[in-house]
Amino acid sequence: MAYLQGSCPIVKKRQLTPTIFDFTLSCPQMAQQAQPGQFLHVKVDGFSLRRPISICRIGKEESTLRMVFEVRGEGTAALSQLREGDQVDLIGPLGNGFPLLSPDKKVVVVGGGIGVPPMLETAARYGSNATAIIGFRNQGAVILEDEFRALGCDTRLATDDGSAGFHGFVTQLLDQRLQEGKPDLICACGPAGMLKGVVKLAQEAQVPCKISLEERMGCGVGACLVCACKTVKDGREIFSHVCKDGPVFDGNEVVLE
Amino acid sequence: MTSLKVSIAGVTLKNPVITASGCCGFGQEYDKFFPMERLGGISMKGMTLLERQGNPPCRIAETPAGMLNSVGLQNPGVEAFLEKELPPLLGRDVVKIANVAGSTIEDYCGIAERLDSSAVDMLEVNISCPNVKAGGAAFGTSCETAGKVVSQMRRYTTKPMMVKLSPNVTDIVSIAKAVEDAGADAISLINTLLGMRIDINTRRPILHNNVGGLSGPAVFPVAVRMVWQVANAVKVPVVGMGGISKWQDAIEMMMAGARAIQIGAALFSDPFTPVKVLEGMEDWMERNGVKDINEIVGTVQPW
Repeated sequence: MAYLQGSCPIVKKRQLTPTIFDFTLSCPQMAQQAQPGQFLHVKVDGFSLRRPISICRIGKEESTLRMVFEVRGEGTAALSQLREGDQVDLIGPLGNGFPLLSPDKKVVVVGGGIGVPPMLETAARYGSNATAIIGFRNQGAVILEDEFRALGCDTRLATDDGSAGFHGFVTQLLDQRLQEGKPDLICACGPAGMLKGVVKLAQEAQVPCKISLEERMGCGVGACLVCACKTVKDGREIFSHVCKDGPVFDGNEVVLE
Repeated sequence: MTSLKVSIAGVTLKNPVITASGCCGFGQEYDKFFPMERLGGISMKGMTLLERQGNPPCRIAETPAGMLNSVGLQNPGVEAFLEKELPPLLGRDVVKIANVAGSTIEDYCGIAERLDSSAVDMLEVNISCPNVKAGGAAFGTSCETAGKVVSQMRRYTTKPMMVKLSPNVTDIVSIAKAVEDAGADAISLINTLLGMRIDINTRRPILHNNVGGLSGPAVFPVAVRMVWQVANAVKVPVVGMGGISKWQDAIEMMMAGARAIQIGAALFSDPFTPVKVLEGMEDWMERNGVKDINEIVGTVQPW
């Protein structure tokens, strides 16, 4: 399939926290192709490298894609200044998303911090059959909780400081959930330490687990090989590439450090 | 009608636009944006005799008007190239340039020998990779070793050899002359400039390799200067690269003395850059009554 590039207008902009922004973009062709877990490669005027940003919701009927991103540096700061009606130069949808099981399967999605947005579209497919375990630093950093609830997901919130929801980590909530019964699949996105814990629990419970990784990227399409991540293939460690081999990998094949 | 056809070391390219090694893999990825037949040539990912995994991440850092990379020549090795990467390119009407790198002269010769009977049109001898500990730029920063790699490889290949030079030298002209004397059929330049960025919060280099190669528009004036100096000093054709991101840059590089040009980092910002450069060049030729692109090569009139 050909890669798509286009200048897409922002049809809706929201600010979710002091540093997290939510853009809905009108991009009919990309929206038709997009799958949960894929990403957009976003050009920011004045910067030489594009920013990979995960897809948070796919509006096939509305012909929109939604991306929720955190201001991390000058590029994302400039991006956050755009307004409704402004155009954003996108390449996408890129990468391999989460597997698409039958919607009646029991799926647990686990997200930490800015790893939560891609889990929303992933959970949407399964609705009330999904358990959404989402974790944040504190109450002020919580995003998208109401949207998981609106999808009918069994939504469980954790914060590091206990200011909202469970006082602790998402891995503790995942452990609890796994004791309640074995799901068909676990999908996760978040910091490496969190992913490591999730993969360990999944292995112990013998549940298939897919994780979404992040790395600094160049081309976004597998040509430049900069977004390396260590994986095990046929018993040996190699560098795979987040943009083309991922961003979603099998939890068993990634070497998390 | 304007003609964009150029000839490098006996190989005819339908136009002077080549995608640069390291930025376009083995041609398949950007073929999903536009057909590779639009290009004059593809310089493929630098390959070594055996597979290399490259450097640990982080391998890329943004810089003002450019980027640093330290991929470290991750590639599947020459056998896997012949088995998996080259076959899909057979029958595609684009000049296929194999970029060859090694840690020892024997490595370079081994790849040259292995590729000699392949469908590759030309070798680009990479004696300028700044991201590997052994070999790479170590060969390209002295006249003696640069010449030796080329003269030794010559014994193992009948393919045209284009030698890619490092800008990280005090005298680019003497290196260019050395490789020409040693039997290079063409010269390409510049590879990346060695650079570094530091994360001021962690006090750690952004790149895991600490240092990396700078490319992008920031290096363009350096590249133009070096291409101009080299083109004035050698008889073999020169292929210019380094920071070309728009058609005006391509024209400028050719006026400096480049017979053809390569586009690298600009692909990451806009994957359609090569097509836009070509269209812009054609328009410019028509507006300026230039019938053959070769007419402009080296036509800068120095003060």
